[in-house]
Amino acid sequence: MTDTNTGGDVRLTGISKTYGSFTAVHPLDLTVPQGSFFALLGASGCGKTTTLRMIAGLEEPTTGTVFLGDKDVTDLPPYKRPVNTVFQSYALFPHLDIHENVAFGLRRRGVRSVEKQVGEMLDLVQLGDYARRKPHQLSGGQQQRVAVARALINHPQVLLLDEPLGALDLKLRRQMQLELKRIQTEVGITFIHVTHDQEEAMTMADTVAVMNGGRVEQLGAPAELYENPRTTFVANFLGTSNLIEAAVAEGRGAASDIVVTAGGGTLRLPADRCGAPTTTGGKLLVGVRPEKISLVHADDAGAIAAGRNQVTGRIVDTSFFGVSTQYVIDSPAGSGLQVYEQNIERDSRLAPGAEVVLHWNPAHTFGLDAAQDIQAGVETVEDAT
Amino acid sequence: MVRWIRRNLVVLAGLLTLAYLVLPNVIVMVFSFNKPAGRFNYTWREFSTDAWRDPCGVADLCGSLTLSLQIAAWATLGATVLGTMIAFALVRYRFRARGAVNSLIFLPMSMPEVVMAASLLTLFLNMGAELGFWTVLIAHIMFCLSFVVVAVKARVMSMDPRLEEAARDLYAGPAQTFLRVTLPIAAPGIAAGALLAFALSFDDFIITNFNAGSTVTFPMFVWGSAQRGTPVQINVIGTAMFVIAVLVVVAGQVAAGRRKRDTVR
Amino acid sequence: MTATLTAAEKTAAEPVVRTTATRKRLVPYWLLLPGVLWLLVFFALPMVYQASTSVQTGSLERGFEVTWHFSTYWEALADYWPQFVRSLLYAGTATVLCLILGYPLAYLIAFKAGRWRNLLLVLVIAPFFTSFLIRTLAWKTILADGGAVVGALDALRVLDVTTALGWTQGDRLLATPLAVVCGLTYNFLPFMILPLYTSLERIDGRLHEAAKDLYASPATTFRKVTFPLSMPGVVSGTLLTFIPASGDYVNAELLGSTDTKMVGNVIQSQFLRVLDYPTAAALSFILMAIVLIMVTVYIRRAGTEDLV
Repeated sequence: MTDTNTGGDVRLTGISKTYGSFTAVHPLDLTVPQGSFFALLGASGCGKTTTLRMIAGLEEPTTGTVFLGDKDVTDLPPYKRPVNTVFQSYALFPHLDIHENVAFGLRRRGVRSVEKQVGEMLDLVQLGDYARRKPHQLSGGQQQRVAVARALINHPQVLLLDEPLGALDLKLRRQMQLELKRIQTEVGITFIHVTHDQEEAMTMADTVAVMNGGRVEQLGAPAELYENPRTTFVANFLGTSNLIEAAVAEGRGAASDIVVTAGGGTLRLPADRCGAPTTTGGKLLVGVRPEKISLVHADDAGAIAAGRNQVTGRIVDTSFFGVSTQYVIDSPAGSGLQVYEQNIERDSRLAPGAEVVLHWNPAHTFGLDAAQDIQAGVETVEDAT
Repeated sequence: MVRWIRRNLVVLAGLLTLAYLVLPNVIVMVFSFNKPAGRFNYTWREFSTDAWRDPCGVADLCGSLTLSLQIAAWATLGATVLGTMIAFALVRYRFRARGAVNSLIFLPMSMPEVVMAASLLTLFLNMGAELGFWTVLIAHIMFCLSFVVVAVKARVMSMDPRLEEAARDLYAGPAQTFLRVTLPIAAPGIAAGALLAFALSFDDFIITNFNAGSTVTFPMFVWGSAQRGTPVQINVIGTAMFVIAVLVVVAGQVAAGRRKRDTVR
Repeated sequence: MTATLTAAEKTAAEPVVRTTATRKRLVPYWLLLPGVLWLLVFFALPMVYQASTSVQTGSLERGFEVTWHFSTYWEALADYWPQFVRSLLYAGTATVLCLILGYPLAYLIAFKAGRWRNLLLVLVIAPFFTSFLIRTLAWKTILADGGAVVGALDALRVLDVTTALGWTQGDRLLATPLAVVCGLTYNFLPFMILPLYTSLERIDGRLHEAAKDLYASPATTFRKVTFPLSMPGVVSGTLLTFIPASGDYVNAELLGSTDTKMVGNVIQSQFLRVLDYPTAAALSFILMAIVLIMVTVYIRRAGTEDLV
């Protein structure tokens, strides 16, 4: 295990976990390519941590198999798996000093002289001077780095990170995100990172799996998930989306565009950006991100280029953010639509009460199945921690 | 003056209670230097260090003390091992009959000692057991057990289960996890339970009184001497135990304080 | 849903349910076994033997036999009800006194002691290290006839009042109910102070500030904030005091007289001197029942479940 063998991919096949009548994870297949930085993203209780713990061996799957490379490790206890975990709130051994915490894994595997390796590892995480301190004498960020060092020193095939930055304040969290990304690039080990912070997942990971209610809702590169969400949950959980209830006027036919009507107007979207069935007269949710939308005063509506999607409405609220301004707009197509405008040239007429036209490139529009909960994944006050 | 008293009423009342608590110990200490006129050491006559110079000068006194220490040591060992096991099972596992086990732990603590003493004696009489060292030891382990469970349970409950998961994740098998992580972290709770068991066993009178037969522990000796005559030596031993215990506690506090200062720096 | 996931749904159709090792499931039972067995054999089983003894008749010479002689209970109650009443009265009084005396000290240690806190705690626990029998004997000296305490109380005419109430007799403190209650209070005071201290110490000091901020006087703060929050300590403290005090016979024997005998004294002498085992067992059972019923009712009323 000490030699960094090629390892291979992490493959989960049909893996599930039930506690009595509660299903924490529905059977799922997942492949994490070797050397990738993979994020499992979701709200608390979505099954992401359970999935991680099944890979670690801390939880026994109810069904399914866990492969590391070609090796079935499903029945191996955690101490026999070449996988290490950075625990939420770190779980550093309070009775051992930093040096002994980091040396723990090496010693258990019978490595005799650990001094050199531990020293190097502590230097890597810039804690060389703290070797003889006890964990409670370190700050949160330092404890976090010890937890990473304690796991990485074993050269695992896969490093599992369970909300590793959750206990840190915002500034430190940003710093540690970069740090972790640097370490991952340096050591080239597969990282599987569990988080509820969508920004963290998108900035750090190559591939993100969004989980909800024990299932993976969508899996892909961060930009792909953001630009082309396939469910309302993904659309709302990753950033913000304007979702408009619309009726299909012209379904998927010879034309490459789908045409829908909403609030008295028509909107277009590319057929390949719609995962839902489109029968003429049927319902569809049409989505667009707030920053894709341009806003003009109703008096200037004539200047909008042809071929763009247009929605009329009235501004009900504005918030100034420095680089941008956020507008909330009520329109016949839907209330509470959000628009982010870059503060390049500010139009002083765009104040609450003003009649406006929203317009955007149809290529940025996506279509979702209207049978879903339109509010799924919207963060409410209770969710926000 | 009246206002000062009113404002510090709580402090004054607290200190008076403390005086009430400590006064008998002071008396015991003072009277260990007495030279009583008769068989009983209840009234002051004159200062003497005779008893201190010959603490074992009374027949059977030091023998009973040794016996009490032996019983307390074995009872502590037994109750601590059994109690720690129960505490771990209660905190760490889900199983049937959990409520019943909890009641079985709680009941001995919520029963007057004399009831347990009397019922245990009926058992021993019915079984025809010979009363003595072993019956006393059995009884002491029985009533110390619950207190150990409570002390250890509190500690294990406050212990993060992720620490053990981390150990298993870092290549420690079940035995290694227990020895290297669980036990060291639970140690303060186990030590507290053991200390409590030792004190309870060493000072127990009622249960011992019923089940000791003709065996004489130190409290039994004191009880008997209250009828026959109280030698000054029992005050000497009481005082010595008090002083030793306070010194140990203070030394422990000082050591802990110093260690804290060293590591924080 | 992505394509891979639809495939996953398919595998779910025939789930391979893993059987967890039964060995693992037995671990808690192995851990419990020795201790629980010990308690069953040496705590629960004796209760059964005692129950059976209480309905036996016979004599020491001829041996005892189970004859379902339930009237032993009535006879025991008829003969010894004054001792039962006395036990509950003395133990109840001692418990109330412990609460009144112990609360200020626990409060003092928790909130006002500062750096003296540990020293005060040691002083509360330290008496334990001297055998409680020796310390109880010391009260014989303190309350001795013609001693300083008796002299002072006599001069203040307190003894006249207590004698009128039947708590003392003439110019004596020893061998009176007052001496027994005093000894009981003394002996179980630490069992009151420590739980009180534990629950008081947990109270966030900011709550006092918040109460003051919300216009509560010190008295109101105590009544509305501090005392309710210390209820768990009050409940476990009173139980830890009352239960052992109700069965105690040491204080009544050493500090009292034949007129202050408690039920513990009766059980002890019936068992160890008179050797009337059925009566002794019946008395012990009645005491257990009374205490268990009182404790259960008390816990229900106080509404606290987490006692230990």
